[in-house]
Amino acid sequence: MENKFLVSASPHITDKESIPKIMYGVVLSLIPAIVGSVYFFGVRAGWLIVLAVVTAVATEALLQFFMKKPITVGDGSAIVTGILLAFNIPAEVPWWIPVVGSAFAIAIGKIPFGGLGYNPMNPALLGRAFLLASWPTKMTIFTTAPRDGTLSGINAASITDFGLETITQATPLNVFKTQRAVLETSAKAEVAISQLYDSYGNLFWGKVGGCIGETSVFLLLIGAIYLIYKRYIGLRIPLSYIGTVALLSWLFGGTKGLATGDPIFHILSGGLILGAFYMATDMVTSPVTSRGRIYFGVGCGVLTVAIRLVGGYPEGVSYSILLMNLSVPLLDRYTRPKTFGKVKEK
Amino acid sequence: MPISNEFFKGFYKENPVFKLALGLCPTLAVSNSLQNAVGMGAAATFVLLCSNVIVSLIRKGVPKKIRIPIYIVIIATFVTIVDLVMAGFAPDLHKSLGIFVPLIVVNCVILGRAEAFAGKNSVAYSFIDGLGMGIGFTFALSAVAVVRELLGSGKLWGFPIMGSGFEPVLLLILPPGAFLTLGLFVGLFNWLDNKRTTA
Repeated sequence: MENKFLVSASPHITDKESIPKIMYGVVLSLIPAIVGSVYFFGVRAGWLIVLAVVTAVATEALLQFFMKKPITVGDGSAIVTGILLAFNIPAEVPWWIPVVGSAFAIAIGKIPFGGLGYNPMNPALLGRAFLLASWPTKMTIFTTAPRDGTLSGINAASITDFGLETITQATPLNVFKTQRAVLETSAKAEVAISQLYDSYGNLFWGKVGGCIGETSVFLLLIGAIYLIYKRYIGLRIPLSYIGTVALLSWLFGGTKGLATGDPIFHILSGGLILGAFYMATDMVTSPVTSRGRIYFGVGCGVLTVAIRLVGGYPEGVSYSILLMNLSVPLLDRYTRPKTFGKVKEK
Repeated sequence: MPISNEFFKGFYKENPVFKLALGLCPTLAVSNSLQNAVGMGAAATFVLLCSNVIVSLIRKGVPKKIRIPIYIVIIATFVTIVDLVMAGFAPDLHKSLGIFVPLIVVNCVILGRAEAFAGKNSVAYSFIDGLGMGIGFTFALSAVAVVRELLGSGKLWGFPIMGSGFEPVLLLILPPGAFLTLGLFVGLFNWLDNKRTTA
């Protein structure tokens, strides 16, 4: 008898979407930001991205070859990891930084757990955390000013207003952190912070210093809109994440007391947009339940603001997402939806 | 079982750290340099050897219900000896090992051997068991330490080994590096095991 039916496990809906299609969709959505990084930080930024991607793909292929597992680099997930890792490093790092970071991300963060779908933490962020802990000086020195901009995002003309030489040496969040620390003693600190708040335009277009892929909010949002339109990412995580950061930075980030902070500055600066749309939403390392995703985003937001305002680092997006990645199994367990029709036991 | 097996099992088959997952606390904490690792391993080996012999000697007279406190007192005696000797003759090492010298008292390798082996076997066997386990423990600590010190600070036994162009991987000296290196070693041992049993 001819077998007319395909026997398979549920769900039985078929669709053209597949892992490679989603992954290459993510790569496509990152292209504006890649072009932007090369425009703002020079061709060198492009080479760093290429190195990170090639290393990530090669590491995955080699490990799978030696482990005699099917080689799945064609699915594009290693490419995404490579790009996101390169987006998280400054433009002037030595060439081996993206190579070592990518290799670590794949060889420690992904393959030992079973490859794509089993990694508990976002491999790109793990790579970044490894690089930041191992070579802190190389990973935090920003010297390449973006094209037509300054490192801190403050217009060059107004920097001289308060005569701080060092302010040209740092990214917006660095300036925010250092000036906030001396708020009590320095009369100019408040001026500096208000100058930062006036630089929305530069922050939005990406004319500030920072890691090569995180600066241009505009270009990242183009890609994010594409991903949302294709429904590769949901809105719950990014919106709850950004909303929490906005609320808490407005409440506690001010210079004049409670509720005088500038939420827009905190949303536009640092890696929040990149993290919220591209890394917190990673399908593998974020909760599957709707409520869980909102808690996840809120948790990321609380940790990010805590690190930015009181922690040791100027930026906390990567660490907060990694920490929340680890809480995903717990979130999934406690937000499991009620079975339809189930009556509460007495 | 021939007595040589009791000696060699501590290296690979029953390696306290990589196979039995005992004594992980000192392995993680003091494996940031080879000097610390060997110092710690030697101290633990001495205590293990002495406590195994004494426990084995008195094993017939120890009431079963209070054997653990008795073992602890024996172990603590030898740890105190090691602690004072080290403070007197190797103050630098004593300083860098810090709290982990007195903590040998509760090292589960030592208590584990007293409970699982010395309390049930003759003095000669217990001596060999203690020696093998102690050396196996030292070997495990040193293996982790070599990786961490070499890559984490570019040195070995305090001497610079890597060229001047080498950028030390700071993470390996920090606590996460201990977990990473230990995890990879345990993985390696399990992999070797699997290969042996399937081959």
